[in-house]
Amino acid sequence: MRPYTFAAARSVGEALEQARDGSAYLAGGTTLVDLMKLEVISPAHVVDITAVPLRGIRAGAKGLSIGAMERMADVAGHDLVAGPYPMLAEALRQSASPQIRNMATIGGNLLQRTRCGYFRDPATPCNKRSPGSGCSAVDGHNRSHAVLGTSDACVATHPSDLAVALIALDARLSLRGAGGERSLRLADFYRLPGSTPHQENELRPGELITGVAVPALPWARRSTYVKVRDRQSYDFALCSAAVAVNVRGGVIGEARVAAGGVGTRPWRLPAVEQALKGKPMRLETFQAAVEHAADGSRLLSRNAFKPALLRRTIVRALVHLAG
Amino acid sequence: MEEQSRDDEVSRRGFLLTSAAAAGLTAIAEHPRPAVAATAAGAAGAAVVEVALKVNGKARTLSLDPRVTLLDALRERLDLTGTKKGCDRGQCGACTVHVDGRRVLSCLTLAAGVSGKAVITIEGLADGDRLHPVQRAFVECDGLQCGFCTPGQVMSAVALIEEGYAGSEAEIREHMSGNICRCGAYQQIVQAVRMAKEGA
Repeated sequence: MRPYTFAAARSVGEALEQARDGSAYLAGGTTLVDLMKLEVISPAHVVDITAVPLRGIRAGAKGLSIGAMERMADVAGHDLVAGPYPMLAEALRQSASPQIRNMATIGGNLLQRTRCGYFRDPATPCNKRSPGSGCSAVDGHNRSHAVLGTSDACVATHPSDLAVALIALDARLSLRGAGGERSLRLADFYRLPGSTPHQENELRPGELITGVAVPALPWARRSTYVKVRDRQSYDFALCSAAVAVNVRGGVIGEARVAAGGVGTRPWRLPAVEQALKGKPMRLETFQAAVEHAADGSRLLSRNAFKPALLRRTIVRALVHLAG
Repeated sequence: MEEQSRDDEVSRRGFLLTSAAAAGLTAIAEHPRPAVAATAAGAAGAAVVEVALKVNGKARTLSLDPRVTLLDALRERLDLTGTKKGCDRGQCGACTVHVDGRRVLSCLTLAAGVSGKAVITIEGLADGDRLHPVQRAFVECDGLQCGFCTPGQVMSAVALIEEGYAGSEAEIREHMSGNICRCGAYQQIVQAVRMAKEGA
């Protein structure tokens, strides 16, 4: 680990004052400490924000709001989350391990870095870690890598389960920086890699995620998160699907569908949502609706199974919701 | 019996330290001693941070390099070597301890970040010579082979029972999934958690 100076902030104001070129905020630490040890990230200054009171899980007429410093375990088990938004609670419960869920925060979860083995290994070229050095995954061990939204420069997946569910729910982020407060749709927050995969999101230097807002969606009570992985627990997704349906009289009025483990960012699937609309809630509908879910996929040498896995993961989620 | 196992522990620790010295202590580069002032102190923060912890009920104050993890502070500075360093990357659970009553990974926790908090390690579970019920259940069910992951397994199991996730075998397996056992003693570990829960 490279040397750094350390300061603890007690308020958002103090945190913003401490932020500077080459500084990093420390929340749960499960990404930052890990990547500092690997020397993938080497900040000159670490600002501990664990005492910054960005807390609270509240529900109102507009929807749900979650403080950025709330821990994953506390959000997953909260009545205001688990009842009205099952896909959110399920995505959190299937993330990481109990110990990590006790540490990691909601804001940190959304900023976690890819699990691409080459990104995590400074001995290998990686455009995301070291711009212009090349991508080792394109012709390397790429079984877990993305098929959607990729570029010649980067094929790494975004690893968050929570972000997939939040994107399906049209969530917004609250951000605070030196220039004041702003709010952004989470769907507009993550960038495609293009030729600049090291620029992963719209966060400005020194800016802090202060909270997440989930719009009210009464029919999200009928939602689920299905995660397919190599291990039964404590593993990242090979593919996942966050699905909600509004069913009346056996007919789907509206649907929300987003996928993880297949895209370079959490992947909303509006064409699948559209194809479900107005159709009977049954297997034939599901199979027809997902037919083109993976259209536009760019397959790598070891991940050609992903388009079929994506279609089947969405169908499994829909079958679960039909049952 | 108690006496003898304590002696074994000491000599094994001594042996490991000796062999590490013989191997040239390559770990130094990765885990610098806190005494090394890596950067100049300034308004932004100090090169050495004062960390006050309550460890197993006892107040401890340490001057640490801000890079030192809770795991290294416990093992190298406080000589509490029961907490194990397995992967040191947050993937195995061997370093699990409780901070303010919650199970966390001490290898991904900066000591400077938990100043003022209460830490319980495996050494803090027993009441003198009376083992904690979860420790007793692990002994009774033979919930280990080599024993390296056991302190982390026990700390996780104690928390899991308090969290209320020991209702069924499936639930125990899911909520113990952050603790890897390379010997594969999972069957007996699950039994031990059930036994401890029923006794609780």
